[in-house]
Amino acid sequence: MKKTVFFGALTVAGLAAGMASAATLDDVKARGSLNCGVTTGLVGFAAPNAEGVWEGFDVGVCRAVAAAIFGDPTAVEFVPTTGQTRFTALASGEIDLLARNTTWTMSRDVDLKFEFVGVNYYDGQGFMVPKALGVTSAKELDGATVCIQTGTTTELNLADFFRTNGISYEPVPIETNAEAQQQYLAGACDVYTTDASGLAATRATFEAPGDHVLLPEIISKEPLGPLVRHGDNEWGDIARWTLNALITAEELGVTSENIAELSAAAGDNPEVNRLLGTEGELGAQLGLDADWAKNAIMAGGNYGELFENNIGENTTIGLARGLNAQWTDGGLIYSPPFR
Amino acid sequence: MSTLTDPPKPGFRLSQLIYDTRYRSITIQVVAFVLILLGLAWLVNNIVNNLAALGKDFDFGFLSQSAGYDINQRLIEYDNQMSHGRAAIVGILNTLLVAFLGCITATVIGVVAGVLRLSKNWVVSSLMAVYVEGFRNVPLLLWIILIFAIMTESMPHPRDFRGENATQSMLMGDNVAVTNRGIWIPRLAFTNSVSGQEAVAPVDGATPVASGGLDWLLVLGTLAISIFAIRQLGKRADRIQSATGERPTTWWQQLAILIVPVGLVSFFLGMTIVSPYLKGFNFAEGVHLRNSLIALWFALSLYTGAFIAEIVRGGILAISKGQTEAAYALGIQPGRTMKLVILPQAMRVIIPPLISQFLNLTKNSSLALAVGYMDVRATLGGITINQTGRELEGMLLLGAFYLVLSLLISAGMNYYNQSTQMKER
Repeated sequence: MKKTVFFGALTVAGLAAGMASAATLDDVKARGSLNCGVTTGLVGFAAPNAEGVWEGFDVGVCRAVAAAIFGDPTAVEFVPTTGQTRFTALASGEIDLLARNTTWTMSRDVDLKFEFVGVNYYDGQGFMVPKALGVTSAKELDGATVCIQTGTTTELNLADFFRTNGISYEPVPIETNAEAQQQYLAGACDVYTTDASGLAATRATFEAPGDHVLLPEIISKEPLGPLVRHGDNEWGDIARWTLNALITAEELGVTSENIAELSAAAGDNPEVNRLLGTEGELGAQLGLDADWAKNAIMAGGNYGELFENNIGENTTIGLARGLNAQWTDGGLIYSPPFR
Repeated sequence: MSTLTDPPKPGFRLSQLIYDTRYRSITIQVVAFVLILLGLAWLVNNIVNNLAALGKDFDFGFLSQSAGYDINQRLIEYDNQMSHGRAAIVGILNTLLVAFLGCITATVIGVVAGVLRLSKNWVVSSLMAVYVEGFRNVPLLLWIILIFAIMTESMPHPRDFRGENATQSMLMGDNVAVTNRGIWIPRLAFTNSVSGQEAVAPVDGATPVASGGLDWLLVLGTLAISIFAIRQLGKRADRIQSATGERPTTWWQQLAILIVPVGLVSFFLGMTIVSPYLKGFNFAEGVHLRNSLIALWFALSLYTGAFIAEIVRGGILAISKGQTEAAYALGIQPGRTMKLVILPQAMRVIIPPLISQFLNLTKNSSLALAVGYMDVRATLGGITINQTGRELEGMLLLGAFYLVLSLLISAGMNYYNQSTQMKER
């Protein structure tokens, strides 16, 4: 009898292991919450606030996806990941979605078997140095000690940049942004390099942000976006179109303020109607409720609102929209149409 | 006619497999073996299924691809265009370096602390007790991070050494610089290098120097031969002493053999000291002991040293007090009693647990991760896995490396153990 139970349990475990990666949406629904991988703490993008609630621009994406599925933006388990652990966490199924300012590259998409669902921030790698150093260009950094987060594209870009310019440097490998900040402020490295947005966010938390400058060189393209595992296209679609819904909402002028009014009944603009589910069956096509996009937008506002509230010019981080303006305003943020 | 008959031979029944003690043990072993095989097969099958579900294959080809990342501490030549395999070797050498340095320092600290803890001097023995209990009972990771934090937060910045009104100055006659980026110490180089390496002037206008493997082989080879000669001289003195009862004075001969040949070789190679000096953002030249190496090395040494101290103390206490008393009765002084009578016997007790401490230290060196020391876990097991997505292959290689290293250390120490064991004739 005991043996039968044991073998039964073994079989169930085997089947469960085999099916773990089958349908992520079903797993998430059964669990009742979304496991979302974020950074270990980068103010503005993903960091717990004073009450211990995660907030930020990347966190907004997680909350929007959770709201699209459950109608509840708080149905998210945030899993802090480092540059080194994030891909293993996603590949192993520990997290369902990775929204951790991760650069979309070909090898990550193709070789590492991930699927980037879009770009939520167009970034580039920059350098931050103390003003007192008197450096005005990254090409003057010959022999400098550079703090760098390991396991990132910035690590490879840095090697390329110094090699093409024929200058040398001493890398100080570091695991998290918090450690890098501490090392940089202690003077253990002359330069801190990461995505320019991350530098701005990190500098905003310094006691004297004015004592540090970002060098003019942006040495790489860093399109940052959320990603999922390869192989479950339905799940990828949900993440992709939730992000697109946020972007389209801004383009169409749907904000967290007027959304209740707009979604009450079908209005004049058919695209707004399709987006908010008052017309058509876009939600059902994704396997979600008709008001999925409405819930996603209500979670933290549309793309523009997320940007302004977390990293925009009125926050301490103070990033301009720049490349991340809507395409109608001369930026690169552009969503395929909802139809 | 015989009335004796053979006892009836019952046929083999299946129930005997369980109820007959002759067969039961075999049954249990077979069942256990099959279960273990099934378990393993299930695990392997699981891996194969999951790899297939992820669309990944099993391939070590990534080791020959270009790595693309830089490593700060390199014992062999490496740049970011070389392969992941080469990067792994750089990491392996860094692991071996810190393990080697750590084992030696830990042994020295441990033996000294272990002996001193038995001291009759209350202050000394209490101090050692505080050291042992303090380090043994606090996690190693905390010590690593503490030493690293002390180095980065409280040491002066390289720029403090600069200018007319420098607030800091280099130690030991401008030869050693202690900064928050590590410690720079002088290095030895050769003006008449025979290694064929291109000679480079360390400072503009100075004599060009080079430092190649062949040069060091010559110097260290000479040193080894000198030491061998000194031991032969000592053995000869022993023979004379046992034959005539008088030991010839050899210390000045030994000193001469030690110094003169090495000195001559160094002179002809033109050995010079190259001191570090300020250049650009950092110090240049000399040997740079990075904070990560210092933190890891000292934390590992102090932590493992505390355990070794207890092993040494245990070993010494295991030797009967009669041995000490006998030595004293022969008029041997306390220091020599320890060195000639107690420790050689205590070694038999000390070495087996010492082996496992060395293994612990070597494996603990993978905590390098906490301070960014580029050991094999950071290169092969960290960045390479991250850039290539070969978690399974990388982790298997990493496991295999630590296994082989531990087995080698074990084998070496077991060999030494056999040579110290009591020879029964």
